[in-house]
Amino acid sequence: MNEVKNILFVGVGGQGTILASKILSEGLMKHGYDVKMSEVHGMAQRGGSVTTQVRYGEKVYSPLIEKGNADVIVAFEKSEAARYIPYLKKGGYLVVNDYEIHPVTVLIGQEKYPENVNESLRETVENTIIMDAAKIAEDLGNIKAQNVVLLGALIKALGVENIDWNEVVAGLVPAKAVELNKKALAKGMEA
Amino acid sequence: MTGNEAMARGAYEAGCKVASAYPGTPSTEILENFAPYEGVYAEWAPNEKVAFEVASGASIGGARALTTMKHVGLNVAADPLFTMAYEGVNGGFVVVTADDPGMHSSQNEQDNRLFAPHAKVAMVEPTDSQECKDFMKEAFEISEKFDTLVLFRSTTRISHSKTIVELGEKIDAEVKPYVKNVQKYVMIPGHAKVKHYEVEERLEALREYSNTCSLNKIEMGDTKIGIITSGISYQYAKEVFGDEASYLKIGMCYPLPDKLIKEFAGKVEKLYIIEENEPYLENAVKVMGIDCTGKELIPVCGELNPEIIRKALKGEAFEEVYTTNVKAPARPPVLCPGCPHRGIFYAVSKYKDIVASGDIGCYTLGMMAPLNVTDTVICMGASVSAGTGLQKANLMGNREGKIFSFLGDSTFFHSGITGLINAVYNDSPIVTCILDNRITGMTGHQENPGTGRTLQGKPAPMIDIEKVVLSVGIKPENIRVVDPYKLAETEAAVKDAYNSTEPFVIITKQPCALIKDVIKKRVNMKCNVITDKCKNCKMCLKSGCPALSFKNGVVSIDKNMCNGCELCKQVCKFNAIEKVGE
Repeated sequence: MNEVKNILFVGVGGQGTILASKILSEGLMKHGYDVKMSEVHGMAQRGGSVTTQVRYGEKVYSPLIEKGNADVIVAFEKSEAARYIPYLKKGGYLVVNDYEIHPVTVLIGQEKYPENVNESLRETVENTIIMDAAKIAEDLGNIKAQNVVLLGALIKALGVENIDWNEVVAGLVPAKAVELNKKALAKGMEA
Repeated sequence: MTGNEAMARGAYEAGCKVASAYPGTPSTEILENFAPYEGVYAEWAPNEKVAFEVASGASIGGARALTTMKHVGLNVAADPLFTMAYEGVNGGFVVVTADDPGMHSSQNEQDNRLFAPHAKVAMVEPTDSQECKDFMKEAFEISEKFDTLVLFRSTTRISHSKTIVELGEKIDAEVKPYVKNVQKYVMIPGHAKVKHYEVEERLEALREYSNTCSLNKIEMGDTKIGIITSGISYQYAKEVFGDEASYLKIGMCYPLPDKLIKEFAGKVEKLYIIEENEPYLENAVKVMGIDCTGKELIPVCGELNPEIIRKALKGEAFEEVYTTNVKAPARPPVLCPGCPHRGIFYAVSKYKDIVASGDIGCYTLGMMAPLNVTDTVICMGASVSAGTGLQKANLMGNREGKIFSFLGDSTFFHSGITGLINAVYNDSPIVTCILDNRITGMTGHQENPGTGRTLQGKPAPMIDIEKVVLSVGIKPENIRVVDPYKLAETEAAVKDAYNSTEPFVIITKQPCALIKDVIKKRVNMKCNVITDKCKNCKMCLKSGCPALSFKNGVVSIDKNMCNGCELCKQVCKFNAIEKVGE
């Protein structure tokens, strides 16, 4: 049976969703899976709401994930988790970065940033993992590694810890950031 | 590999020697990935027409040549396209058009498959990255075999999806000798009349090839449903129907394989056409008198996905199990924190009686609240020329009102220069603001004629924008060069421009905040709100910088986003924002 797993990364342009999905795809591919990944460039990247999608299995056709069919949603910003929640499949995992980025609409008072996001997400989805990845990454030395912290939590949720992720990370991040990212990955997998 | 990486690899394996392009999402990374290969020449041209013509010349000169562009880029290059269709090739010539269904980063949703029958040239269309590579090699073969340029159509989801690719061997395609042949390469009417007949004959030969080549493929499954499809739509169709249907997968989408289509239609009970945007395949199939269903059920507008197909053709969908009352706020794209474009937009936003003519690039985002500076955007370079039109409408309507045009350095080189020449020549007292951030920004930092470097990393002469402006006839007293991080200086220039009665140019100079060296240089520069002094007047928020926020009754600056541009500090009337770090 050709079972395809679907992972949806959501966040705000500039948060590093693309690198996280790149590391994930590379590791899965080296493990022998057929993998497709789809990303968005250009205008949307300028602080807008962005998604990256990864699908893997024995044979994958579409690079896009349908609503109600994501096995895991990784939200780099917590209100973005709420936006994309209809994509999650029953029993799926929601990995959420406990981090707020206020869009310009909130900044100028057109809209309000929602309250009690974490509580509401936990109530809605049984398998909700909320972590302060930004804080964890900052404590490790650089907030930018928050994407790899979240990736660690995702790897655990998917149950693919058996892949040598450290090797994949070493191949994809700049040499001086390898150690930091390895630590970030381990921290994420602990959560 | 992404589709773009695979196209670059395919061109390399095909022995392509010369490539020229102008960046445009989603095509940009093709040339970026081609340029580092050994033994190739690759360049950024100032616009798509120039790029197309460079590649045309290279082909005539005997080299295998490539040009790549986004869908609207082919509009710019349409003039050489239609005539090169007559001239044919010497070295193989492939033109990539990367369309953007869903308009992730574009101003329209045109379906460039329609260009192929219009220009009467062959077109191929891959369905994944492996085919991006393989079809690219095949396209160069088709080009030389049939003496035609080949359009290679991609879309955002082909270009920017990663799928597994097996690499192939590089072909040795030496640069062919150039032989003078004016009947072929000089399109005066006498030659073109003969050529048109040859073009029609060539299309017939290509149609025969299309019927027999491996690019078009029948995949038989259940015969109750037959699906004709191409590009990414093929993957979506397979996702939804799997083996429950039979497929005619179109890899050569012009000329279409008429015999194959008839054969396939005869084998299946119900025929669906699954395609994104225009009913291109559907119309062709219907013209052949074959009954089929397409756009009655599949929308013309927007990007396609498996969900739409599943609902439209099967009446099914995955269950949406989870809903939440938490309403995510709208999150439109905005100018980045520390973006140097913000200063000039902020200064101009104080003049409520002006009309702002915008352009294609990051500065299109000047239209967003709270800046709200931009009334119209059409296409690359149109800011200046449409600005002149707006000014002439004011003139003829006896209306007051100043016109400000906004465009970037790369867009100025692309096609803003001609608009500025027109403004000078036809005495149009508009203000042209050239936002020079030393890079082609929106597409992800490509070199351009003003940056001093080429695509392949060689030092290059820097075309001086101020000198260009002077030389097209803007008077020296009507030019201001300002640092947009310095608000007083920028405001003074805007005031002078507003009061001028002659064509006026403001050049803002400050590199894009996302350039790696700029990030490195400014990494410790931050602004900080002194809470005791802050009166919560929220003036600073009017700059629209995303690093600022107003949470729990306090204004604060996210130190991870701030790059210490100090615009907010200069906006604050209470000295409540300080600079920290060097």
